[in-house]
Formats: sequence, structure tokens, C-alpha cells
Amino acid sequence: MDPLALALIELGAVVFALGLLARVAGRISMSPIPLYLLGGLVFGAGGLVDLGGVREFSHLAGEIGVILLLLLLGLEYTAKELFTGLRRSWQAGVVDAVLNIIPGVGVALLLGWGALGAIVLGGVTYISSSGIVAKVITDLGRLGNRETPTILSILVFEDLAMAIYLPILTATLAGVSWLGGLQTVAVSLAVITVVLVVALRLGHQVSRAVHSENSEVFLLNVMGLALLVAGLASAMQVSAAVGAFMLGIAISGTTAHLASRLLEPLRDLFAAIFFVAFGLNTDPRSIPPVLGWALLLALVTALTKIATGWWAAARAGIAVPGRARAGVALIPRGEFSIVIAGLAVTSGAVSNELAALATAYVLLMAVIGPLAARFVEPAVGALLRVRPGRKEATAPVP
Amino acid sequence: MNVEETELPGFGVRKDFMTQSGRRIGVVTHRDGETELIISKWEDPDSCQASIPLTGDEAAALGNLLGSQRVVMQLTEEHKEVPGIVTRQFTVLADSPYRDQPMGRASIRTRTGVSIVAIMREGEVVPSPGPDVVLRRGDLVVAVGTEEGLEQTAAILRRG
Repeated sequence: MDPLALALIELGAVVFALGLLARVAGRISMSPIPLYLLGGLVFGAGGLVDLGGVREFSHLAGEIGVILLLLLLGLEYTAKELFTGLRRSWQAGVVDAVLNIIPGVGVALLLGWGALGAIVLGGVTYISSSGIVAKVITDLGRLGNRETPTILSILVFEDLAMAIYLPILTATLAGVSWLGGLQTVAVSLAVITVVLVVALRLGHQVSRAVHSENSEVFLLNVMGLALLVAGLASAMQVSAAVGAFMLGIAISGTTAHLASRLLEPLRDLFAAIFFVAFGLNTDPRSIPPVLGWALLLALVTALTKIATGWWAAARAGIAVPGRARAGVALIPRGEFSIVIAGLAVTSGAVSNELAALATAYVLLMAVIGPLAARFVEPAVGALLRVRPGRKEATAPVP
Repeated sequence: MNVEETELPGFGVRKDFMTQSGRRIGVVTHRDGETELIISKWEDPDSCQASIPLTGDEAAALGNLLGSQRVVMQLTEEHKEVPGIVTRQFTVLADSPYRDQPMGRASIRTRTGVSIVAIMREGEVVPSPGPDVVLRRGDLVVAVGTEEGLEQTAAILRRG
């Protein structure tokens, strides 16, 4: 068959299958990410069917997916929110980073993956999935809860930490020397500061530059600018994703709102391809050997996230049930862990086992997290009720 | 009373306060302008019993209902001495024939003897409205008169 026809048929089949998976995920109200990964595993190298024809396309499309994921994340925040979030939560953010990076680093060292593997796996276990967490919060009607701002500001801190972590990762993966590494970190810190200040002072000018009443012009403006900025950032070894994130932060107000509405379908498509492409490149046979480690890591990092949320919520003056809710809400890991692992795998600098471990880990966390969030409330309620010596509840007033 | 305003990064703003009865009540305003009414649980004020999404019209109507309480209470107090005089409030519904019409068109005072003493609109009071005030959907009309006259007024506002 004509290679183009074959590629189109394969791509169509993959995207259609993703649609079916997303529908299943919606039906049982869970995140589609683990299903996309599973889909990729099934179709990928060593899986049931081998899709060779779309590999090249899915690689570039996956990269665009990462850029769009981070661009839309940036669009969700205003620079002002980032500053207040940072002020309010930096202590919790630091506790979160320390507690959740260490297990990943430890396991990577135990498995003999060296410093590079440790940096990658530390990032994978550190970052919660803001997409899944936000969805859980809205689905369970917890937006008005007192602990929610605490959770959200920890997520803000993590997202900003990504903007520093990803350039370090890209530089290390590219095998840059210590001095060169420091240079990229310095560059990225400078870029972040400049962007935040510009966004705070001149946010509406940046927004006006891309804004247009015509949605076609607007879409092309934003998309073109995002790819340009991402490409430039990548050329400066600051990581394409961070460039897109920063652009998202710089665009604000109604423009940001309209842009995210326009780009959301594109992000959904390309990000789904990214997850599948990651799964495609992972050999499903490599997962069983690392499954034990993935389970251990899942257990430990679920507990460390609970500890983080508990501590942060307690500092905000929230009672025991709210602390438990805040801790459990932070458990899900998802898109960003895969983004980190994906960067590492495409560079070819880490072992394939790492990709397998990251896949298994995210599969576990993306499923356990939302489930745990659903059941934490009755569980804590039951525990508190059986505990003796608690003050008697006064008669409820309707 | 202390209304607390908290930013919810990525979502919007939450404004809430603690009621005397020990419940937290407030509003979450989303970035895209959607409004949610939140009411805390009795046993755990940190969490929400309900978060009810409201459309713009619904939020305005609720604001009117709550805001009018004070006006109605005052009027009732003032008319306490006059037997047979009652204060009542009516909402102008979407299908009312007098929606978007000047109030004078309804000739309520001529037909029923009832006085419209105030209109609550978007949480604000329009005191002693004249005949050229245009009635809008969601307006809360505060009327004073006899039981019978008020019944007729309700019917006029609903069906003409």
C-alpha cells in the first residue's frame, strides 16, 4: 500500500481509538491519561500491533502536545496570582519538593541509574498533575472548600518550579558541562523573572499584540507565537515547554480566556497523541520487571504527598478532615511526569527501564489519586467517629 | 461581619463569611463569569454541603430576595398600626406581559388600589418608582395594599 495511505489509516485508527478511550474515561469519570498510555503500550513496540508508519508524525505532534499543555497551563494563571501564590505557599512548596523528590531520587540510585536517572525520576515523583487535581476538585464540588486555596497554591508553586527544573533537565540530558548547565539555569531564571515582570507590568500590551476579533487570525497568532517562543527557548537550551509556559503567563485577561478556549481542542488532540506516542515507545514487556518498584514508589509518594497537604492545610488553620482532603488531593501524577520522562527518553541518555517505571508509576497514580480523593471523606469521617473522647456534636441546626 | 476574599489560582475568586449560626456561606466567581453559591457543612465548616451554579439572572434574583428583606421588614413595621394593610413582594417573571414595559402600563394603583413602594433590582433598591420605570425580568416589586388588592396585583403581573 501507498505509505501515505497506510500512515493516514494508522493515524486515523489511533485517534479514533483514543476517542473511544476518552469516552470510557468520561463514563467512569476518571482522567483519560492512563488509558491513553495503555493504548500506546498495546499498539507500540512489542505490543499487539506494530504501528511504524505514524512514528515520525506522532513524535512531532507529541512535542506540539507538550508545548500546548504548558501554554494552556500558563494561560490559566495570571502573573499576579503566581506572585500571591508564591508568597502564600513557598514554605509548603519547599516541603512538597523535598518530600516528593527524595523517593524518586532514592529509587533511581538504588537501581543504579546514576545522577541523570535520579534527576529524572525525582521530577517524575515530585510533580502532581494539576489537570487531574483540578478536575477532581471540580467534580467533587470542593471548589468552595477552605483547603482548596492551599492545594491550588502548592500546584502553582510546582508549576513555577517546573520552569526552573525543566531547563536544568534539558541541559543535563544534552550532556552540557557544569559551567554550561549553570549558564542555562542562569538564563532561564533571568528569562522567568523578565517574563513575570513584563507580564505584571505590560500584560495587556502582550495580550493586545496577539488579540484579534477574528478567531482564525487569533488562533494562528497564538499558535505561531507559541511555537516560535518554544523553538527559541529550545535553541537556548531552556526547554521548549518552559518557553510556552512563560508565553501563557504573559498573555492575560480576556485574551488569555479566549485563547485557552480556542486552543483547548487542539491541546486535547496533540496531548493525547503525546501520551500515546510515549506509550508506543515503551515496550510493554519491560513493565513487569519494574512493577514492584513502581508499587513501592506509588505507596511512598502517596504518603509523602498526604504529609505535604496535611502540613500545609494545618498551617492554614484547617481541621483534620480538610487536612486529609488536601493531602489526598495532591496524590495524582500525570501529564508532567510523562513530559519529564518523555524528555529523558527522547534524549536517549537514560535506560528504557526508566520509561517503563515512569509509565507504570503514572498509570498507578493517575488512577489511585482520584479514587482516593473520592473515598477520603467517608474514611476520615468514620475514623473520627469511632475515636473516643471527642466532644459531642451539638444538635445540628438546619 | 467579615467577608473573606480568597484567590483560587486558575479558577477565580471565592468570597465568603461565617454566619452567626456557624455556617460558612459565600460565592465563588469563576474566571468566565459563572457564579456558584456555596454553603458549608454543619459538621465541617471547611467543606461544602452544596455548591450551586447560578446563572446571572438567578444570582440577581437571589440577591433581590435577600436584599429586599430589610425593606419589607421596615414597611411591615410601619404599617403594623393600620389593620388590613399588608406588604408583599412579587418577582417579574420572564413571561410577564409587563416585562420590559413601563410600570404605568399595568395601572396597578387604578385597578387594585395597591401602591408599589419599591423595586429591588440587582441588589439595589429603587424607592417609590414612578410610572415610567421599566420593569425588568428578575425585578422584585414590593407592594403595599389590602390582601385582595395584592392578589389582583399578582395576577396582573403574571397574566396582564
